[in-house]
Parts: sequence; structure tokens; C-alpha cells
Amino acid sequence: MWKWLHPYANPEVSYHLTNKLLPWLSALAAIFLSIGLVWALLFAPADYQQGDSFRIFYVHVPAASLSMGIYFAMAIAAFSSLVWQLKLADASAAAMAPVGAAFTAIALITGAAWGKPMWGTWWIWDARLTSELILLFLYLGVIALHNAFEDKNLAGKAAGILTLVGVVNIPIIKYSVDWWNTLHQGSTVSKLGRPSMSLDMLWPFIVCFIGFSLLVAVIISLRFRNEILARNSIRPWVRELVKNHTR
Amino acid sequence: MQFNSFSDFINMGGYGFYVWLSFGATALILTLLLISSKAGHQQIIHQIAKRKQREDKLRQARELRKQQHEHRNKELNN
Repeated sequence: MWKWLHPYANPEVSYHLTNKLLPWLSALAAIFLSIGLVWALLFAPADYQQGDSFRIFYVHVPAASLSMGIYFAMAIAAFSSLVWQLKLADASAAAMAPVGAAFTAIALITGAAWGKPMWGTWWIWDARLTSELILLFLYLGVIALHNAFEDKNLAGKAAGILTLVGVVNIPIIKYSVDWWNTLHQGSTVSKLGRPSMSLDMLWPFIVCFIGFSLLVAVIISLRFRNEILARNSIRPWVRELVKNHTR
Repeated sequence: MQFNSFSDFINMGGYGFYVWLSFGATALILTLLLISSKAGHQQIIHQIAKRKQREDKLRQARELRKQQHEHRNKELNN
């Protein structure tokens, strides 16, 4: 049943497939992001309580949920690499870590810039903010481990174990606003049942979210491509490709 | 459109600094990451090409030494 997946475990096939997908992903990301950001900054209504500071929401929430989503994806990749020794899973986990770290940093910075006018403080050591900061340190640890060993398989193993241990942090971030008293407001978008947001705010949010997700896909693909080349540098197909590129 | 003038748009109802800080930091971080990820491709290809060159040079040197060695052995035998 899963036989059709088999050729994609081949680094050469994956490399060329990624190359083919990249222009399409990039175009889609550019379209969604430009529409979404213009909508969010110019056309979405101001919040009745928070005024125009609410526009930070359109980058803060996608960045925060992507920072967790990328970690989750990285954990799945790390798990498949540790259990089934899939080398490409290792390459994809290494490609995801810096992207996740960037989005965690964005979530923290935009959160601080939103917290200052709304709560009166840039930072507070409450559950949501602290657990998100720990997520940033986990990402940095994973990146450091990927670069700490000359042997990429060993590096992937060490980074993978840290990734899997760090998974415990994800539900803590997600449910911190329900488990502890916190300044951070509860979730507005993913609440099931009654939608707690007006549609003229929800739509630009959805477009921004799709745009940022596509951008994540673009950057991870770019890095995945690099990781494949670096890990297969002695293979004949890479040698051939390098010859064609440097001629 | 929610704003009447460009300065209104920049001002963001008094929250301009915070809004533009957020969007600016996001744009800066993502642009840097995108550029460095894209540039990495050429860098890695360059690295591999360089390593290949070094290996080729080493192999040539080894073959040359082998030839000289054989040559000298032949002379000694004669």
C-alpha cells in the first residue's frame, strides 16, 4: 500500500522533487502573504478595545502556532529517524530547526511589542511566555547539536533525542493559558463551536496564516535541499550536479 | 480602507511604534533567514567542488609518486 512512497526515500529523487516544488511554493507564499498583510494592515477593522494594536495579532498568532507546529513536525521527523534510521528524516529535522527558532523568536518579539501597550509590560514570567521561551532554547539546543558533530548521523541522533524530550513542552505551551492564571488571553481562533472573532478579522487572519505556512514550506525546502547535498557529497549524482553548477 | 491618510496609517491610532516594531522585526528575521537559506545552496556546491579539487590533487600527487617510484626501481634493476 505504501509502496508509492518508497522512491521518495531516495535523496536524489527528493532533491529534484524539492527543486520542482520550490517555484510553485514561493509564488503561492508571495501571493498569500502580500494579500494577507495588506488586508491585515489596511483593511481589517481595528479592535473595539485594543484599537490598531490588534493588527499585531496577524503576525503574532501565526508565528506562535507555527513555532509549535514546526516543533511537532521536527519531533515526528526525529522519531522516524531514530526508529527507522531514515536519513532523509534527519535532513528534514535539521532543516526545520532554524525555521522553528526564527518563528519562536518572532512570536516572542511581537508578543512583547503587543504586551507593552496592552498589559503595560514587555515581559512577564508567566506560564505562556516562559514556556515559549523554553521552546526557543530547545530549538537553539537542537541546532547546536546538529552542528556539534562532524558525523551527521551521530549529530542527528543527539539532536533527535533532545527534540523528543522537548516534546513535553508543547502541550505545556498550548494549555498554559487554561492551566494557570496568566495575563495572556485564551485562544480566540481555534475555539470550537462558537466563533469568538468577527469574520472581517478572521478572514485576513486565515490568509496570513496560510501565507506564513507557505513561507515556512519554502524556507524548509531550501534548507532541506542544502542538507541533502551536504549529507550526500560523495555520491556520484551530487558530484555530477556540482560539476554542472560550477562549470 | 481603515485609514484616511498616510500619516494616519503610520500612526496606527497611537500604536504605530508597537505595530511597526512587530511587522518590521518579523520582516527582518524572515528575510535574513530566507536569504541565508537560499545562499546556502551555492555555498555547499562550492564547498563540495573545492573538496573534489583537493581530492583530485591528492590523487594526482599519489599517482605521480607511484610512477617515479616504479621508474627508480626499474633503473636500480638495470
